[in-house]
Amino acid sequence: MNRIVTKRFSVNVYELSITRKNFCSNAASRVSSSSSGQSSNEHEVKQNFTDDGHQYDVAIVGGGVVGMALACSLAHLPLTKHLKVAIIDSNPALVKRNCINKEDPPDPRVSTVTPATISFFKDIGAWQYIQQHRHAYFGKMQVWDYTGLGYTRYNARDVNKEVLGCVVENKVLHSSLLSCIENTDFRKTIYPSKLTSMALLPSSSSMGVDSTLSTTALFTKGRLAKLELSDGKSLYAKLVVGADGGKSRVRELAGFKTTGWNYSQNAVICTVEHTEENRCAWQRFLPAGPIALLPIGDRFSNIVWTMNPNVSSDCKTMNEEEFVKTVNHALDYGYGSHPKSSSSGGRDMFSWLRGDVTISADECFEVPPKVIKLASDRMVFPLSLKHANDYVSKHVVLIGDAAHTVHPLAGQGVNLGFEDSHALSRVIAEGVAVGSDIGEVSLLRKYEAERKPANIAMMALLEVFQRAYSVDFGPLNILRAAAFNGAHYISPLKKSIISYASGEQKMPLPLPFFS
Amino acid sequence: MKLGWRMVRKLRIVNARNGTFFNARFFSDSTTQLPLASMTVDPSSNTTKTNNNNNKNSTSSSLKHLELAKFAAIADSWFVIHFYYLFSVISNFSSSSFQLRHVWSLCISSCMVRWDSEGPFKPLHVMNPTRLAFIRSTLCRHFGKDPNCAKPFEGLNIVDVGCGGGILSEPLARMGATVTGVDAVDKNIKIACLHAGSDPETSTIEYCCTTAEKLVEEQRRFDAVIALEVIEHVADPAEFCKSLAALTVEGGANVISTINRSMRAYATAIVAAEYILRWLPKGTHEWSSFLTPEELVLILQRSSIDVKEMAGFVYNPLTGRWSLSDDIGVNFIAFGTKNTH
Ligand SMILES: Cc1cc2nc3c(=O)[nH]c(=O)nc-3n(C[C@H](O)[C@H](O)[C@H](O)COP(=O)(O)OP(=O)(O)OC[C@H]3O[C@@H](n4cnc5c(N)ncnc54)[C@H](O)[C@@H]3O)c2cc1C
Ligand SMILES: C[S@@+](CC[C@H](N)C(=O)[O-])C[C@H]1O[C@@H](n2cnc3c(N)ncnc32)[C@H](O)[C@@H]1O
Repeated sequence: MNRIVTKRFSVNVYELSITRKNFCSNAASRVSSSSSGQSSNEHEVKQNFTDDGHQYDVAIVGGGVVGMALACSLAHLPLTKHLKVAIIDSNPALVKRNCINKEDPPDPRVSTVTPATISFFKDIGAWQYIQQHRHAYFGKMQVWDYTGLGYTRYNARDVNKEVLGCVVENKVLHSSLLSCIENTDFRKTIYPSKLTSMALLPSSSSMGVDSTLSTTALFTKGRLAKLELSDGKSLYAKLVVGADGGKSRVRELAGFKTTGWNYSQNAVICTVEHTEENRCAWQRFLPAGPIALLPIGDRFSNIVWTMNPNVSSDCKTMNEEEFVKTVNHALDYGYGSHPKSSSSGGRDMFSWLRGDVTISADECFEVPPKVIKLASDRMVFPLSLKHANDYVSKHVVLIGDAAHTVHPLAGQGVNLGFEDSHALSRVIAEGVAVGSDIGEVSLLRKYEAERKPANIAMMALLEVFQRAYSVDFGPLNILRAAAFNGAHYISPLKKSIISYASGEQKMPLPLPFFS
Repeated sequence: MKLGWRMVRKLRIVNARNGTFFNARFFSDSTTQLPLASMTVDPSSNTTKTNNNNNKNSTSSSLKHLELAKFAAIADSWFVIHFYYLFSVISNFSSSSFQLRHVWSLCISSCMVRWDSEGPFKPLHVMNPTRLAFIRSTLCRHFGKDPNCAKPFEGLNIVDVGCGGGILSEPLARMGATVTGVDAVDKNIKIACLHAGSDPETSTIEYCCTTAEKLVEEQRRFDAVIALEVIEHVADPAEFCKSLAALTVEGGANVISTINRSMRAYATAIVAAEYILRWLPKGTHEWSSFLTPEELVLILQRSSIDVKEMAGFVYNPLTGRWSLSDDIGVNFIAFGTKNTH
C-alpha cells in the first residue's frame, strides 16, 4: 500500500502572458463600420450556423507571400491542420497558376530571404519548391559609402555559415507556398475577391443574465466576425488575419491606428545582366539613398535604388544605355572615390577591440561587376514607414506589411512578415492545444508580445541608418566611416550584426548604429 | 489510518504540522463536518438542502448553502463566480503592488456581466490555459491519447462539477470531449448555456443545474471527473470526493484543484484581501475550510482515488505568465485515477 505520489513539474508551454496595458483596456473590442450596419438579426445568424459553408476558423485577408506563408504553416502544424481556412484575395495568381518559365529573365520584384526564413520554409515544406526555380544564395556582402572613408565586407564563414541569405523572386516565393499548400489535405477555400467591410460585434456589452433572444444573437455575433466581399459574398470567421499589405483594409476596418511617415524617396527596381555571374550582395550609400545590387542567379542581378522622386522619374524615362551607364557610375566612382583597401590603418585602430579575426577582415574592397544590359522594365515605388500601434483586437490580427511597412534598405521587410506568420501559427497551435477560442484577445496578445518589440527594434535600426545617410556633413561622414571600419574589423560586433540580419538573434549588441 | 499516514509522509509536507494536521479541518467547530475517523455520513447532520428537495438525504451532503448563496447573490457579476480565482491571482500577485491595484480596479468594474477574455476576468482566462495544459497532459497520458492531435479528448465523457459559467467546460469541448457541466447555482448554468450556445463547437455541452450527488443517484458515469476550485466551497469534502469517485468509471480519471491551507495562502488571500485591503467582505473565505495537499490526497485515497500527479500554480510578475511548478504552497491541482477495487 505504499503509494508514491509523483509530482511532475512538466511545465508551461501553454501559458499566456498578461499584458498589463490590457487589464483595464476596454477599447479592444469595437464595432467597426459595416456597410450593412449592425442590424444583426438572429435569422441571418442561425442560417449561418446551419450553412456551415461560409463559416471558418480563420479568414486570411490577403494572399500575398506573408498570408500564404501563414496558411502553409497552419497546414503543416499537427495542431492546426484541421482548421477551416478561407483565403481572400483578388490576385488571379491564386487561382490561375502562372507557369514560371526558367528561361525568362527574372522578375524585378525580388526578396532577400534570411537564413531564419529559409529554415521556416524548410519546416513548412515549402523550400523544396523554391529549389525547383531560380534562386541565388549569397555568402558575401559588401557595404560602403560614397565618401570613400570606409567599407565593410561580411562573409558567411565569419559565423560558420554557408550563406548570408538567398535572393528569390516574389512570384517564386508565392507559387512555392501555393504548391506547398496544394499538396496537403488542408481545408482551404479561396475567395477571388476583395474585402469591403467587416463587422465585429462585442460580446462584452453589459447585459442582464436573463436577457432575451437578441442577446443570444449578440453573443453569436460576438463569437464570429462577419466579412463582406466585393462580389457580394459574405463569410464568418473566428479569426480574421489582416495580411493585406501596406494599405491594409483590415487594419482600417478594425480601427487600428498607425504611426508613420512617407520618406520623400522612391525606389527604382529592375533586373540587369552582367557578363558573368554575381555571387555577392552589394550596397552602396549615395547622398540620396542606397543602391543595392543583389545576385538573382545566372548572369542576372536585381537593382533596388533609393533616390529622390524627381530623379526617379528621370531614371525611369531615360534610355536603356544611359540608365546602364548611370547604374555603373553609381556603383563605382560616382559621387566619390573608392575606400582605401590597404586596411592596415583601420586594423590597427581597432586591434585592441578585436577578438579573433574574422575571415572577411582581410578581404579587400572590391568593385561590383559591371552591368551590361537592362533585363526588365524599371518600376518605381514610393517609400514609406508605417507601423500599426496595435496588432490584435478581438477576432482580428495583423501580420506582414499590414502591421509594419519598412524601408527596403536592408531587405528585411518580407522577413519580418514571415516571422509574424511563424509566430502567429505557433500561438494558434498553442491555443488549440488548450481548447481556447482562437479569436480570443488574450491568446492573440501572446503573438503581439512576441512580434511587436522585434519589429520595432528592426524598424528603429533601419530608421537610424536611413537618417544617418540622409545628411552629408563632414563629421558625421567620418563617424559613419568609423562605424563601417568598426563593423569591418571588430569581429564580435561583426558576428552579432550578421546573426541579427540573418534573423537569428534578437538584438545586435552593441546597439544598432553600425550595420 | 496507519496506511494513510505512511502515504502522507511521502508527500512534501508543506505546512509541517505533523500529528495535528487533521484537526483544523476534520475536527473543526463546523457543525456540518464529521470526524475523519468515522468517515460515515449521518444525513441528519447536514444543515443544507438542494434546490429542489426531493432527495433530502443523500443528495445534499456536499452543498453548503451559505457558500452557494454567495455565488448566487453575485452571479450577476461573473466576477464572483470566479472570485476564487481572483483570490489565487491576488495571492500570487502579492509581490507586486502594481498588479494589486489592477486587480482591485477589476473588482470595481466587475458589475458588468462579461464572459470575455478581455473583460475583468482576464486574469482568470489567462490562468485557464495553464490548468488546461495540466489536464491535457495528464489525461492524454492516462487515456493513451495523442497529444499532438487537435482534439485528443474525442471519445471521452467528462463531467465538470461546479462548472460556473463554463470557463473550463468550453475548452474541454473544443478539445473533443463530450462534456457535461453541472453547477448548483441556476444562474451560472444559464450564463454557461447562453455563452456555449453561441459557438457550434461548444453548443454540444450538456449543462445541468444539479449536484454531484444527484448525478450519482442518476447512476451517471464518466471517464473523467473534474472539479476545479469547488471543493473548498462544499460542506463535506470527504463526502464530495466520494461522489466524485462514484461518478468515475473504473480506471477513470479525476482532476481537482483548490487552494492550500498554508500560512502563505492565509496571509495573502485572507488577511491581506479581506482585512487589510478590504477587497472582499470579511469571512468570504473560511481558512479552516481549505485543504492541504496531504489532506486532499488522503480523502481521495479513502474514496479509492489514487493521486498520481500534483502541481502548483505560480504567477511570475516579471514575465506576466502563470506556470505549473512544484510549489504547491498556494494553489494546486491534483490528478488521480480511480483504482479498480
Ligand atoms: C521596392 C520594394 C523593394 C522591396 N525589397 C524587399 C527585399 O529586398 N526584401 C524584403 O524582405 N522585402 C522587400 N520589400 C518588402 C516586401 O515586398 C513586403 O514586405 C512584402 O511583400 C509584404 O508581404 P505581404 O504579404 O505582407 O503584403 P503584400 O505582398 O503587399 O500582399 C498583400 C496582398 O493582399 C491583397 N489585398 C490587398 N487588399 C485587399 C483586400 N481589401 N481584400 C483582399 N485582398 C487584399 C493584395 O492583392 C496582395 O496579394 C520591398 C518592398 C518594396 C516596395
Ligand atoms: C469558484 S467556482 C469554480 C468554477 C469553475 N469550476 C472554474 O474553475 O472555472 C465554484 C463553483 O462551484 C459551485 N458549487 C459549489 N458547491 C457546489 C456543489 N456542491 N455542487 C455543485 N456545484 C457547486 C458554485 O456554484 C460555483 O459556481
